[in-house]
Amino acid sequence: MDTSRSYLEPSSFSKKIAATIIIVYTVITLIPISWMVMTSFKNVNSAISYPPEVLFEPSLEGYVNLLTNRSRQSPEYLDSLPPPENWYEELVRSREMVITGPSKFLGRYSNSMIIGFGSTFASVFLGALAAYAFSRFRVPLKDDLLFFILSTRMFPPIAVAVPIFIMYRKLGLGDTHLGMIILYTVVNLSLAVWLLKGFMDEIPKEYEEAAMIDGYSRLQAFFKVVLPQAMTGIAATAIFCMIFSWNEYAFAVLLTQFNAQTAPPFIPTIIGEGGLDWPAIGAGTTLFLLPVMIFTIILRKHLLRGITFGAVRK
Amino acid sequence: MSQIKIVNLQKSFGDFTAVKNSNLTIYDKEFFVLLGPSGCGKTTTLRMIAGLELPTSGEIFLGKEEVGMLRASERDIAFVFQLFALYPHMNVRNNLSFPLKMQGYKKNDIKTRVEEAAKLLRIDHLLNSNISSLSGGDRQRVALGRALVRRPKAFLMDEPLGTLDAEFRELMCLELKKLHIDIGATTVYVTHDQLEAMSLADRIAVMDGGQILQADEPNIIYNKPKTKFVASFIGSPGMNFIDVNEGISQEQSSISIEDTNFNIPKQFETSKSNKNFFGIRPENLSLTNEGGLKGSVFGVEYLGSRKIITIKTKIGEIKVKTDISINIKLNENVQIKPSNDNIIIFDGETDKSLKSEFMK
Repeated sequence: MDTSRSYLEPSSFSKKIAATIIIVYTVITLIPISWMVMTSFKNVNSAISYPPEVLFEPSLEGYVNLLTNRSRQSPEYLDSLPPPENWYEELVRSREMVITGPSKFLGRYSNSMIIGFGSTFASVFLGALAAYAFSRFRVPLKDDLLFFILSTRMFPPIAVAVPIFIMYRKLGLGDTHLGMIILYTVVNLSLAVWLLKGFMDEIPKEYEEAAMIDGYSRLQAFFKVVLPQAMTGIAATAIFCMIFSWNEYAFAVLLTQFNAQTAPPFIPTIIGEGGLDWPAIGAGTTLFLLPVMIFTIILRKHLLRGITFGAVRK
Repeated sequence: MSQIKIVNLQKSFGDFTAVKNSNLTIYDKEFFVLLGPSGCGKTTTLRMIAGLELPTSGEIFLGKEEVGMLRASERDIAFVFQLFALYPHMNVRNNLSFPLKMQGYKKNDIKTRVEEAAKLLRIDHLLNSNISSLSGGDRQRVALGRALVRRPKAFLMDEPLGTLDAEFRELMCLELKKLHIDIGATTVYVTHDQLEAMSLADRIAVMDGGQILQADEPNIIYNKPKTKFVASFIGSPGMNFIDVNEGISQEQSSISIEDTNFNIPKQFETSKSNKNFFGIRPENLSLTNEGGLKGSVFGVEYLGSRKIITIKTKIGEIKVKTDISINIKLNENVQIKPSNDNIIIFDGETDKSLKSEFMK
């Protein structure tokens, strides 16, 4: 028997088992996502063909349909038109349709961006300030306040949908970017405060004391010394907040229709002729997935890098 | 550089009083050490001088200015933390220039000053390194450098050598002392390590229970402690205390312990209590053939240049520091007597040392 290995290190056999489990799990979870991306590159017919096509001729029809409004025309009318100016017009004509204008998708998409990033920034910024205060100062009733903040997460946010709907109508916040940013910030803030407080507690207070002795005010010390070291926590918090506000559906359906509608309630309304336009929906969800994925990848290096490592001897 | 003076300083945290009514003057260019066990209020005192804690009552003078209620940033002092508190997201150069940037120095001035300080501390080759790649000693030097660049009115250090290993600590002790002589800055240094305090300090203040018990030069603290606590805290091994079950009167010059008479320095004070303590340091005791306190050898510790012999007597264990040449076996019967006049009587009621010919 091999007795030379450390008891702290898993054996190579258990490492292999672990790797196998992780790979199998990854493949299973990636199937719906890869199916979605595949669907977005299929044409309308191959998307609904049975048995499902795994190998298919890629087409950008889904993306063209997602981004344009089209109308069906008679072959005579199409013949009377000048030849198509570009590849997507050609693609649409081949389906006996003409492009009548851009769809609302890009507008909804940028609404999602504004509201998603806006509320993420607000949650993290306000959360960091509150977490710092809770972590460093003698706040009266600190524990009760923290519990109170957490208690806002104890019911599903949608439980207060009706009061919020009425409140927003009275306040004129319905269907506005500001209204949605405030709403998502309120929902995310308690999570942000709790997460960030944990990270702030880990930062020794000597850092800002050193900065304050060096002539900086507390606020300057907070921005120059504490925040850079809380980057790991800020990244983690930002990802959580971003994922929530980016994916949120129920409030978006309820509170937005035109001006501030985000992508989640818009995508299911993409309906083609004679049924759902699956490639366009696939294209919409694929595009919808990208920003939050890129955001997470960018911040991932902060999650992995313990930047305070080695600076303080404990 | 300037003198630091604290007057009737007091600090309470809720019901707990960390620093009680303390008075202290730290002279210009002095290396002053606050020494005491943990929880004695030495760090709180230092943090009040720094402005990291506000006093409950009392005044702090930095030079002629009363700074007790000023923010830390308005006091022009530098602080070296036990954990160094170097900013991990900046390299050495940025750590050193961070205090200067705030004060609005020109880029060139910052550069010269940082390089000057780095040269003085022999870290000029590390200026572009990351903090995490430095050794403990180098981190300590960077922390000192960050205090140095600003040329503050005073340096405050909170156990800066506490986290270094023994070898480095000795080296940094020497460097600190040399640095202090080179730049002549008023320095207040907090430690619980008496050896560090003895080797660094111009003067030491021994604190316990939030009070300053004695502030004097190291040799006076060692030889003429004002209270029993100071006597027991300083010195390794500590002072021997022998119970004296009688009152001490003025003019008394001998004392009887276990039928043995000891000459003591002529006393100038009468004790308040009838239970007092006879204090003598191990090196002021010697072995004798007759007329001493009888006991048997309980242990012998070999310290290289000296031996410490623990002797079990009827009145408890007594430690004697002797010459290395003395040959002695366990359980051997011996007698001990004081070899000089360095004897202090501590009042059992007040714990204070009584005035005598020796303790003038």
